[in-house]
Amino acid sequence: MSSELETAANPARLKRVVIEPLSRVEGHGKITILLDNDDHVQQVRLHIVEFRGFEKFIQGRPYWEIPVMVQRLCGICPVSHHLAAAKALDQVVGVDHLTPTADKIRRLMHYGQILQSHALHFFHLSSPDLLFGFDSDVARRNIVGVAAKYPDIARQGVLLRRFGQEVIRVTAGKRVHGTGAIPGGVNKAVTQAERDELLEDIYHVIAWCRSAVELAKRLHLTNVGLYNSFGAFRSNLLSLVAPDGGMDLYHGVMRARDSNGDIIFDKVDYSRYWDHLTEEVRPWSYMKFPYIRALGADAGWYKVGPLARVQNCDHIPTPFAEAERCEFVDFGSGQPVHATLAYHWTRMIELLFAAESIKGLLHDDDIMGDELVVRGERRERGVGVIEAPRGTLIHHYRINEDDQAVRANLIVSTTHNNQAMNEAIRHVAKRYLDGRKLTEGLLNHIEVAIRAFDPCLSCATHALGKMPFHVELIDAEGQCIDTLVKSSLERCP
Amino acid sequence: MTAEGKTASFQLDGATVPFEPGQTVIQAALAAGHYIPHLCYHPEFKPHGSCRVCTVEVDGRTVASCTLQAQDGMEVLSQSDRLRKEHQTLVQMLFVEGNHFCPSCEQSGNCRLQAVAYDLDIMSAELDHLFPNRPVDASHPEILLEFNRCILCELCVRASAEVDGKNVFALSGRGITKHLIVNAESGRLADTDIAVTDKAMEVCPVGVILRKGVGFRVPIGERRFDRQPISAQAREDAPRRPTTGNEDST
Repeated sequence: MSSELETAANPARLKRVVIEPLSRVEGHGKITILLDNDDHVQQVRLHIVEFRGFEKFIQGRPYWEIPVMVQRLCGICPVSHHLAAAKALDQVVGVDHLTPTADKIRRLMHYGQILQSHALHFFHLSSPDLLFGFDSDVARRNIVGVAAKYPDIARQGVLLRRFGQEVIRVTAGKRVHGTGAIPGGVNKAVTQAERDELLEDIYHVIAWCRSAVELAKRLHLTNVGLYNSFGAFRSNLLSLVAPDGGMDLYHGVMRARDSNGDIIFDKVDYSRYWDHLTEEVRPWSYMKFPYIRALGADAGWYKVGPLARVQNCDHIPTPFAEAERCEFVDFGSGQPVHATLAYHWTRMIELLFAAESIKGLLHDDDIMGDELVVRGERRERGVGVIEAPRGTLIHHYRINEDDQAVRANLIVSTTHNNQAMNEAIRHVAKRYLDGRKLTEGLLNHIEVAIRAFDPCLSCATHALGKMPFHVELIDAEGQCIDTLVKSSLERCP
Repeated sequence: MTAEGKTASFQLDGATVPFEPGQTVIQAALAAGHYIPHLCYHPEFKPHGSCRVCTVEVDGRTVASCTLQAQDGMEVLSQSDRLRKEHQTLVQMLFVEGNHFCPSCEQSGNCRLQAVAYDLDIMSAELDHLFPNRPVDASHPEILLEFNRCILCELCVRASAEVDGKNVFALSGRGITKHLIVNAESGRLADTDIAVTDKAMEVCPVGVILRKGVGFRVPIGERRFDRQPISAQAREDAPRRPTTGNEDST
């Protein structure tokens, strides 16, 4: 699979522009742009410059350690990895249904994670671009600048994130890298004091989330030409939805739609995700390229995350967020919205959904129950899928009879969006950079497109030993005397 | 009691510590609520003196307090800048000799090595890691051996031999290559008669001998060293009568 501007014909003769590091994203990445002598864009690529390799070093570890270990992939969305792994290992310990307490504690933890991560992204990372302009004064284009000019917005962002982290602390034991979810359940419930403490703030939190949706919507609608076209491209959409088609970010069935909104597949049991999804490895990136198997690599790539989820579900089961979803769908006039910057609007709708879900769970007495763990008959394999803040997250493990992990496959949200992010920056490069003298403000346009996806680059690089390579041994006269070629491997664990 | 009928005592960092005849310095200190860092000492076993983390100073000489007999009028120093540095270095050497990954270790919060390190304000190993190759033994259906964390305290060796009467464990090799082994022809734990109710299952100060499938059941905040630092729990390690393995362990 390749797309326009992915690979230039004669890269050695072109000028190279590098944006490194990418700022205001999680992890470390860079973008390379190749320009010809007339400054026309010939090639644009998003690269991930760090390497994680959790799929490899999880091998040999006891299965119950995995949810705690793999969450170290990330400091922003550790809960997502923690829960996806725990869901996979529920299957390994033979559990298909948790106790109501365990299920609701995990949901509470997850919606706390969605809340804090979405707040972090919108307020701290993206709002400087959106409030000040993509090529505004770079010295002010940051959260400190936002706090100076819009103190209420910055304050609400900080407090929303703090509340989400408190929800995580109460359910997982720590704000970052806790231990709450264990195979077959959870290790703690919520106490009355913890519940009261969170309930004290939840009404403010919901009000602030509603304001955040209004802000994201206003930004989009007041500059609708720019927001609709910037980095926009059509693609398929993928996410989990609840069995009834409603939004559910913790558990559900897989649904994919094409760019017109028509169903590609629906009600798919994610425990056999590989029947529907597969990945391609390309020589220039540590990050793999997933696609829908039935459509092939060229047509099968897709978007995940808020823009996909809000449009993939049939309804949102909380009232304020559902009203906002309806307004967003109306904005699309019967067609899916493919505007990259609409990620922000939909992300804030999910922020509101998370807050309303937390409120509902805090009023549910099950979260104070004492039936925490169940066990069944051991199985060899487990798949856990969750809708992480950035999109669909798949954890897949095979465990041997001695209880050790022997294979792991992690397809993280940012990896699902790999092709989509590359498409977005290529569109932006062509529209805004082509033939022009490059400035910091123009290059920031590229970063704005990447930021819309809220990528987590540190989570996304696991292709150890799978990258294709081509080695040539050249003698002193420049003659090739030996060649070693290894093609990419693609295998389900 | 001294010959004059007074309770025998020694001075520990300026505090008077009474002791019973036959007690070592660390036994008397812990019984009186005075903490001296330690790892291979266990209140139910004879002092061993292998880790040296309990090093104190007596008459300008450094000595392991777990093997030093208490004497009336003795002056013992356990807290000084020099001793603290020595304690830190001893613990740091234990960290680099094994493979200790606290962030994903199920003993985190209950691990004595970690607790002692926190108590000594050790924020990094400072020394070069040796990264030994120590594969785990997962062969037993109920018990996992995570050799990477072994600090060679020999408590499991002693518990298995002296209490359980089984000799499941032993140390092999010398010097830096010394390591814990399983006493079976195959070298596999599955081929021994160890049971989850054995005393050897209880005594590991780190996270080598683990009951399978129960890791992380205790939430953060309720683990032993979440409640109080190890230095505030001295009396829990006061000498006590030996018990057999945990009969309730199911």
